[in-house]
Parts: sequence; structure tokens; C-alpha cells
Amino acid sequence: MSRTLNRKGRRHPLSSLVLILVGLFVSGGAYATVTGTASAADAPVSPTQIDDGKKLFASNCASCHGLSAEGSAAGPSLIGAGALSVEFQVGSGRMPMSGSGPQAEKKPVQFTQPEIDAMAAWVASLAPGPGVPEASSLAGGDPSNGAELFRVNCAMCHNVAGAGGALTEGKWAPNLHNIDPVHVYAAMVTGPQNMPVFSDMNITPDEKRDIIAYLKFLDESPSVGGMDLGALGPVSEGLFVWIFALGGLVAITIWLSAKSN
Amino acid sequence: MSVATQKKSTAPTSTGAGMRFVGGMSNYIDERTSISGAVKFLGRKIFPDHWSFMLGEIALYSFVVILLSGTFLTFFYDPSMVEVHYDGSYVPLKGIHMSAAYSSTLNLTFDIRGGLLMRQVHHWAALLFVASIGLHMLRVFFTGAFRKPREINWVIGFVLFILAMAEGFTGYSLPDDLLSGNGLRIIDGMIKAIPGIGTWISYLLFGGEFPGNDVIPRLYVLHIMLLPALVIALIAIHMVLLIINKHTQFAGPGRTNDNVVGSPILPVFAAKAGGFFFLVFGIIMLIASLFTINPIWNYGPYDPSPVSAGTQPDWYIGFADGMLRLMPPGWEFVVDGYTWSLNLLVPIVVLMLFIVIVMIYPFLEAWVTGDKREHHIAERPRNQPTRTAIGAAGVTFYAVLWAGAASDLIATHFRTTIEGVIHALQVLLIVGPIAAFWMAKKIALALQRKDRELVLHGYESSRIVRLPGGEYREIHTPLDEFEQWKLVSFDEYAPAQLRPNARGKITIGARMRASVSRFYFEDRIAPVVTKELESRTH
Repeated sequence: MSRTLNRKGRRHPLSSLVLILVGLFVSGGAYATVTGTASAADAPVSPTQIDDGKKLFASNCASCHGLSAEGSAAGPSLIGAGALSVEFQVGSGRMPMSGSGPQAEKKPVQFTQPEIDAMAAWVASLAPGPGVPEASSLAGGDPSNGAELFRVNCAMCHNVAGAGGALTEGKWAPNLHNIDPVHVYAAMVTGPQNMPVFSDMNITPDEKRDIIAYLKFLDESPSVGGMDLGALGPVSEGLFVWIFALGGLVAITIWLSAKSN
Repeated sequence: MSVATQKKSTAPTSTGAGMRFVGGMSNYIDERTSISGAVKFLGRKIFPDHWSFMLGEIALYSFVVILLSGTFLTFFYDPSMVEVHYDGSYVPLKGIHMSAAYSSTLNLTFDIRGGLLMRQVHHWAALLFVASIGLHMLRVFFTGAFRKPREINWVIGFVLFILAMAEGFTGYSLPDDLLSGNGLRIIDGMIKAIPGIGTWISYLLFGGEFPGNDVIPRLYVLHIMLLPALVIALIAIHMVLLIINKHTQFAGPGRTNDNVVGSPILPVFAAKAGGFFFLVFGIIMLIASLFTINPIWNYGPYDPSPVSAGTQPDWYIGFADGMLRLMPPGWEFVVDGYTWSLNLLVPIVVLMLFIVIVMIYPFLEAWVTGDKREHHIAERPRNQPTRTAIGAAGVTFYAVLWAGAASDLIATHFRTTIEGVIHALQVLLIVGPIAAFWMAKKIALALQRKDRELVLHGYESSRIVRLPGGEYREIHTPLDEFEQWKLVSFDEYAPAQLRPNARGKITIGARMRASVSRFYFEDRIAPVVTKELESRTH
């Protein structure tokens, strides 16, 4: 008994060194994938990348989308969906779906950036579709024009403050805080899930950049009036006033009218 | 007057300079106003001590906070719908077309020192004002404090509640932001649904087609002049009647229908109330400085085309919004080119009925009981099971409507479908009040039965003794006099007898009254009477 315990408790003298090395590889790898996003767009697509993408697709996506992305009863055809759709759906963790439901949910991203790029390259090789833009082309923009466009085009589902909202039959428009600009752009161009497509005729690329600038402004500027109670508007304010303000004051009335012992 | 002079002559007995000054000043004022009589009368007014009697005070004090902060806001707010380009410090709205009202509210928020805090103080205090009125009304309802001679004061208080909601709604609309504009559009729709005159009223109110250029200045006049004047006048009458009618108190030894036991206004109650005012003020300031409310800069200027997801009115209008959301689709028909929007008319009628029943409830109950006596003892809710049950049903009805206004947020936050939430609330709107009525009545009757048991047999002391004959018995400790008084002193009502009137006829009114009276008082637990108390020692 004690021997097994000892054996389990014993550590190899080099184990901490190995752990450090593993840690360094993981953080270095993560760094490489993050910085890789920007260069992914201009990196030339190699045949091996497409081949890798095809294999990844076959093992992870084909059960619903079909082996040659032709679609099935469980999932739509991806021919012509373009690299941008893949980047949005897989890069935001929505695909592969964990189960069927009213809408694909965001969850931790399942693939590394090179894997996502490989799948995107394969889907893009099937038929022309929207490509991933350079991250630098989405920077800048006029937040004030973006805010107005957002109110007119986006707020009816996503709420004026980007807090999200309910759609029919259990679907919902997600919260838009801290979303990667590429994904915001991709959502407008490809119209994922229940979202309509906002083509360049409808909202020009410059205007899309303005909308991204507005969302970025919301992320970066703190709530000036204090804690925002979820930015849900009058419902959370009403609940707060009943529970905390009136509740606290009722506690005070009980204290004031209590008889001293 | 002679009483007053007596008081003065005895006051400056102490020789300190401060006391001499106070004495001199009081004398100066009294010789010119004869106010000492009133001070003496009011100073001796007694307020009974119970936490639930202070809820109305919260409303009064938050109204004072609203007046103070609102005055600050009027210095900087511009009630005009003239179109301007925003040129303040909030970046995402720079250069945008908006009304002067919205622009001045933004300036008030971002460019005037203390402006945002004052806006938040004003808005939080307004939410608290209406909420505390609601809670105060519930207290008055459930303790029967609306009975003779206080029916008029109930109606005045009710009108104050409606005025507070009107104040809230007009104030909510003044910034002319997207959220409040959507709310105004709904009101416009409801007005336009009124058959025949609706469109005319809408054009009159908005000075043309919605939104027009007139509605903000008009709402402003209502918000800062007419409505506050009415609120202040009615609060004054409410307080005068409170003094004339005296305060109710809960039953207790020495507390009868003819006296009030408690602390006099001067000095005890005034000190307490003054302290409480600052506590209310302090809590409002604390909340306003830590939590944002109505962030109008997020909403943007009003424009009739966009409607944001998650658009709700402030909580006190929520029940009306919920009623609209719970209406089944397709309730409208066209007769001769005119659309009858039942989906708007039914909510208007149901809400009006609900509100009117709340207003006239004291008279309804007085008619049912036929009780013409004065009542100064507040009842415990359990001792009037049917009234308590009616109140519970009303609260449930209101709460379901209220939840209806948040149906979209309930759906997203509890991960369910919005249709499911709506359908569940539609069913609950009918079933909920009935279930609440039934449950509240059963609970009230059960509590009364427990009280009766306690009075007659005392508490179980968990001490078991063996009697000489071998029998085991638990010793019951009798209640002390104070406890017992609370449990035995309440009025018992019985169903009204159906009797022919003086002309030997049984009228339809009498029949109706008899059946409603039976509904009220059929199930009842008789209060313990003296004979039972005397014979309770086995």
C-alpha cells in the first residue's frame, strides 16, 4: 500500500523542466495562432493546405454538410459559402455544432487557426465566395456614422447597446460585445444563422468599417453612469429598484421601528 | 391664544443666550402668526409605531428628492424639437441630427458638472416614488385601512398613484431618445385605436401626424407644471385627511378604536421622520452614483424607423405593455373601411376595469359588509380571508402582466422560446389569479385556525408530565396578555341575511348583495369569545 503511494507520489527530477517546456510550447503556439490571423489572408494557398482542409472537413463536418460539402438534410451546402463563412462559423466556436438546436451556440473554438484556415481554403476552392479581409482594412472608421447605421440596421435584433435580443422559436440575436472585427464583418457579409446578409450594395465596406468602429467604441468606453446592470434597459432597472432600493428601505423602516431590548 | 402665551412665558426659564434667542424668535413669530396653536396641535399628534406605516413616508421623501433634482434639470434642459447637430463630447453622436431636447439632455449628461448624477438621482427617485406608493397601497389594502372613515383618502392616494405614473411617463419621454420615442409611438397607437375619435385625439396631442414638432414641449409643461401641482395639492389633502382621520394602529392591549398609541410628532416622531428622510435621500444618492439608469446616449435620437430589441417602458408602465404583448394575434376586423383593433381595445378596456376596481374597492366592500362603523384598528390580513385572497389575485394578475413586458428577456435569459413564454403567461393570466385566490384564502383560514388553537390551548412547551393516574400529557404554556390580545380582537362578519325591505319586497340589489356577501363570509373562523377564554382551563 505504502509502496504504491510512494510510487504515485514520486516525481521524476526532470518533470518540472518538462512542464515548463510544455507550457512554453503551448503559449508560443497560441501566440503563433493569434498573430497568424493577420497574415492568413495574404498567405498563398498551397495545395497541401487545401488537402489538409479536405481531410479535416471530412472528419469533422461531412456528417452534416456532406463529403464534398454538397449539404444534407442536417446541414446546408457549403459550395460558394467562401472562406469567410468558415472563418466565422468555426473561428467563433459555433461550428462544429455540439447538438441540434434552434441555433448554433458559441463555445470554445475547437480548432487551431491553421486548421481553420485549411478548411476555409478547401471550402473556398470549391466555388468562389467571400474571402477573409485583412484585419488592417477593418480598422479606423467613424463611430458616429456607425452608431446611426447600427440603430437603423442592427438594433431591432441586437438591441441599441448591442446587448442582444430574442428572436422567434427560441432563436436569439447574440450580444455583440468584444467580438473580433473580422467576425463582425463576416456576420454582415455572410449572414450566418438567422441573420440577413448585408451586401456591399446595402451597407458599403466603409460603412461596415464604421459599424465595427462603433462596436469597438462600446467595448472600450466604460459605462459612464456607473454599473450598467447588464445594459438591459428598464427591466433590470425596475427589478433593481424594487429589490435593492425599496427592499433596503423596508429593512430600514423595520430597524427604525424596532423596539430596543 | 391663551394657551400659546402660557407656553411662551414658561419657555425662557433657562438663561443661556441660545435659549433666549430661540425664545425671543418664537415669541416674535407667534405674536405675528399665532402659529403656536397649530404647532401645539400638530406636535401632539400621535403616530403609532410599525414598520409598514412608514412606506408612505418613503414615497413622500422620494418626491422631495424628485422636486430638488428636477429643479436642477430644468436649468439646463431645452424642451424643443428644433433640429440641431450635436456637437458635444460624446463621440458616437457627433454631427448627428437630433432634436434640441435630446442634444440638451446629452449636454446635461456629459458637459454639465453633476448633470449625469442629477439625472440619475431624478430617475431612480422616480422609480422609487412609484414603487413605494405601490407598496404603501398594498399595505393599506391588506390591513383594511381603507375602511370608513378613510375611503376618500384611499381614492386620493389612488389618484396620486395614477398621477405618479403620468409624471413618470411624461418625464421618460422628455429626452426624446429612441427608447422613449418607441414608447410614445405605442401610446399613439393605443389612442388611434379608440373608435371614432382616436385619430382626432392623436392629431390634437401631437399637433399633426406623429411625432410632429409639438409633443415634447407639451409633455414638458405637463411634467413640470400641471402634474406636479396636482401631486403637491393632493399630497397636502392626503396629509390633512391623515391628521383628521388619525392613523390606524394594530390591535394590542390599551389600543382601542377610540385612541392612538404611539409617539407624538414632537419631538420623537419628527426626529425619526427627519432621520428617515435623510436615509431615503442617502440611499437614492448612493444608488444614483453607483448604478446607471436610462443611458440615453446608447439609445440615440428618436427616429420613427428604428425599433430596438429589448424596448421596454419603465417598470410602472410595464403592466400595460405586458397586456399588449399577451394579446393573441389577429384580433382585429374591418367594418366599412374602418379597422377595429381589438388587440388594442381589449387591453385598454381590461386595464381600465382593473384600475377602476382598485379605486372603488373600499366602496364595494362597504356595500357588501353593510358596515357603517368607523374602523381605526388595522386588520391582520388573515382575519379577512376573502379580501386577502382578492388582493392576492389582483397582485398575481398585475405580476403576470408585468412579466409579459419582459417576455423577450425572460426568453433569452432562461434559454427558452419567446412563444413559449407568451403562451405560458397567457394561461397564467387567467389561471394564476384563480389559483392565488384559492391558495391565499386557504392559507389565511389555516392561520386563523392556528391562532384560535394558540389562544385556547397555548404553546406546546415540549414538557411532558406523567399524571398520578399514569396518563402522559404535554404541558401547554398559555399566551401572555399582549399576544392574546392581538389574536382575539378582530371583527367577525357573517353573510348578510336576505330579508324583505320595508315594503315587503326582496329587491334584485338585495339578492346580489346577499350572494356576494355569502361569497365573502361563507368560510370563516369565529374569533375566540370571552366564554371560551374563561372555560379554556380544562
